[in-house]
Amino acid sequence: MNVTLLLFLIVVGITLVITGWAARRANTTVQFWAAGRGITGWQNGLAIAGDYMSAASFLGIAGLIAFNGYDGFMYSVGWLVAYLTVLFLIAEPMRNQMIGAGSLIKILIPTLDSNLKGWFSWEVLGTKLDPSITLVGLLMMIYVIAGGMVATTWVQIVKAVMLMGGAILLSFLVLLHFGFNLGNFFTKIASVKDAKSGLNFMQPGIQYQYGKETVWGIDKALLENVSLGMALILGTAGLPHILMRFFTVPNGRAARTSVAWAMGLIGSFYIMTTFLGFGAATLVGKAHICAVGSTCKTPNSNLAAPKLAEFLGNSFFGTGGGEFLLALIAAVAFATILAVVAGLTLAASSAFSHDFYVNVLRRGIAHGEVSEREQVLVARITAAVVGLIAIWLASKAGATTNAAALVAGLAFVIAASANLPAILFTLFWKRFNTWGAVAGLLGGTVMSIWLYTIGPGFSLPVPTHPAFPLANVGIVSIPFGFLCAVVFTWIGELVRADRLAEIKFHEIDVRAQTGLGAEPAAAI
Amino acid sequence: MATEPVPGGADPASTPPVVDAPQEVAAWEGLEATAEFKDLVRARWKFVIPATVFFLVYYFLLPVLNGVATGFMRTNVIGDVNVAYLFALSQFLMAWLLAFFYIRRANTVFDALASRVRELAGRRVQS
Repeated sequence: MNVTLLLFLIVVGITLVITGWAARRANTTVQFWAAGRGITGWQNGLAIAGDYMSAASFLGIAGLIAFNGYDGFMYSVGWLVAYLTVLFLIAEPMRNQMIGAGSLIKILIPTLDSNLKGWFSWEVLGTKLDPSITLVGLLMMIYVIAGGMVATTWVQIVKAVMLMGGAILLSFLVLLHFGFNLGNFFTKIASVKDAKSGLNFMQPGIQYQYGKETVWGIDKALLENVSLGMALILGTAGLPHILMRFFTVPNGRAARTSVAWAMGLIGSFYIMTTFLGFGAATLVGKAHICAVGSTCKTPNSNLAAPKLAEFLGNSFFGTGGGEFLLALIAAVAFATILAVVAGLTLAASSAFSHDFYVNVLRRGIAHGEVSEREQVLVARITAAVVGLIAIWLASKAGATTNAAALVAGLAFVIAASANLPAILFTLFWKRFNTWGAVAGLLGGTVMSIWLYTIGPGFSLPVPTHPAFPLANVGIVSIPFGFLCAVVFTWIGELVRADRLAEIKFHEIDVRAQTGLGAEPAAAI
Repeated sequence: MATEPVPGGADPASTPPVVDAPQEVAAWEGLEATAEFKDLVRARWKFVIPATVFFLVYYFLLPVLNGVATGFMRTNVIGDVNVAYLFALSQFLMAWLLAFFYIRRANTVFDALASRVRELAGRRVQS
C-alpha cells in the first residue's frame, strides 16, 4: 500500500476512535460545548495550541519565511506575543463569566474557508482536490456532530502532538544538515538574496520595502508592519474558537495553566519556524517550491514545509526516505486541517444554536424553555449546515495564490476590530450597552472587509493606486471598531435604550474577577 | 436558569436571564462594594496595566525601529545574525517571562484575594 495513504488512514482511524469514545458522553449541553468543564489545564493548553497552530501557521509561516525571509518571521513573533493579551485581559474573566461572545459565525466562515483552502492549494495527494475538501469536511462534521467538545478537544491534542513532533523532526534534520553549527546556518541564510530588493534573507524589508513610499507622511513599510502587528496581537483575543477553550476548564487557575502550556508550545513552535522557513529558503530555494517538477513559474509558498521534508528525507535516507518524510508531513498537515476546521465548526454551531436559537429565538421571542436534548440537537444540525456551507465555499473559491497565512490575516483583523471591543468593554466598562456592542461588531467588521477589498492586498494583479493604501487594514479598522462601540454606547444612553446594562455589569464584574457562580459546586 | 444570587453551580452553558430580580442585583452590587473585592481588583490592575503597557511598547518598538533605524537594525552582531533578528528573538523571551511573572502572582496573591470574596459571598447566602 502507498505510504501516504496508509498514514492518512491511521490519522483518520485515531480521530474516529476518539470521536466514538466521546460520543457516548456528549449528551448534555455542558458536555457538548464545554466538555463538562472537565478538561485539565495542560490538556486545554495543548488544545489551544492545536486550535491556534492551523495549517496557516504550519504551511503558511514556513512559506512566508521561505519567500520573504525576516519579514515572514514577524508573523511568528506577533502570534506569540498575542497570548499576553489573552492571559492578562481575557482568559480568567472569560472563564469566570460565560459571556455569549461566540455569536460570530461571520468570522468563522473566512477562517474555515482559509483552512480548507490551505488544503486546497496543496496538491500532495495528486488527485482532484474537490473530493479532498469534501472528505475533510465530512470527517470534521462527524467529529463535531457526534463527539462535541470532548472529541474536538482530543482531536486537537493529538494533532498538536503530531505537529510539534513533525516540526521538531524537520528542525533537527535541518540542524543536522549544518552539522549543528548555527553560525554556518545563518551565514547560509544571509547568502540568500531577494531578487527584487537585493536584501539578504536575514534583513527586514523584503515583503514591504522600507524607504520606497510614504503614506500619511510616514514610511509605508513601517505602517504595514505596525498595522499587521496590531491585528496579530489583538486579534487572537477575539477569536471565538480560542475563547471557547476557556469554557472547558474547571477554574481560573486551570485557565492560567492552559495559557502557560499554550504559550510554551506555540513559542517553541514559532521559534522552530526559523529552521523550517529558512531551511526551505536555503536548502530548497524559492524557485523550486512548487507542486510539480523541480523549477516553476509560480512558486507556491504553502509547499515550503513539504518540499523541505522531501529534500531532507532524500539527503539523509535515500530516495524512499524523501517519499516517506513527505508523506509524514502530509499526514501532519492533514490532521492539522481536520482538527482546526472541527474546532471552528463547533464554535460556529455553538454561536448559532446557543446564542441565537436558544437565547434570542426561543427565550427572547417565543419566551419558551428549551430542553437540553433540544439544544444539543440544534447544535448538531447547525454543525452539519456550517460544514456543508464551508465545503461549498471552499470548493467554489478555487485555488488561490494567496498564502494561507495572508487569508487567515483577515480573520485576525476582523477579530480585533469587531469582537475585541465588544469583549473588552463587556468585561471592563460599566456603562457599555447593547447599542455599543452591536455598533462595534458591525462597524469593525464592515470597515475591515471594506478597506481590505479596496486596498492592495485583495485583487491580483496588485492595483497601482488602490483606494486604500495599505494591505494591512488594522491600523484604521481596529480604532474604528472601538470608536463605534464607545460612541454608540453614549448614543444608547441618550436614548435610554437599555438601562439594564449597568445593573448587569455589577454581576459580570464580580463574577469575572472572582470566579463566583462558575465554580463547580463541589469546589466551594 | 440561575435564580440563586450567589454560588451554587449555575448552569455554565446557559447565559443568565436578561432581567434580574432586584434582590439579586443588590447582592452583586453589595459584593462589589466590599473592601475585599476592591483589594482584589486593585491588586490585579496594579500588575496588569503596567505589564500590558510594557509589552505593547516593547512589541511595537520592533516594527518601528525596523522602519526608522533600518541601517542599525541590519547591523550584524554575531556572524551574520543582525540586530533585527536578535530583537525579534528577544520578544519570545519577553512574552514567556511576563507570562511567568503574571501566573506566579495570580497563583499566590490574586487567588487568595478571590477566595476571600467567595467566602464572604458564602456567608451572606447563609445569613
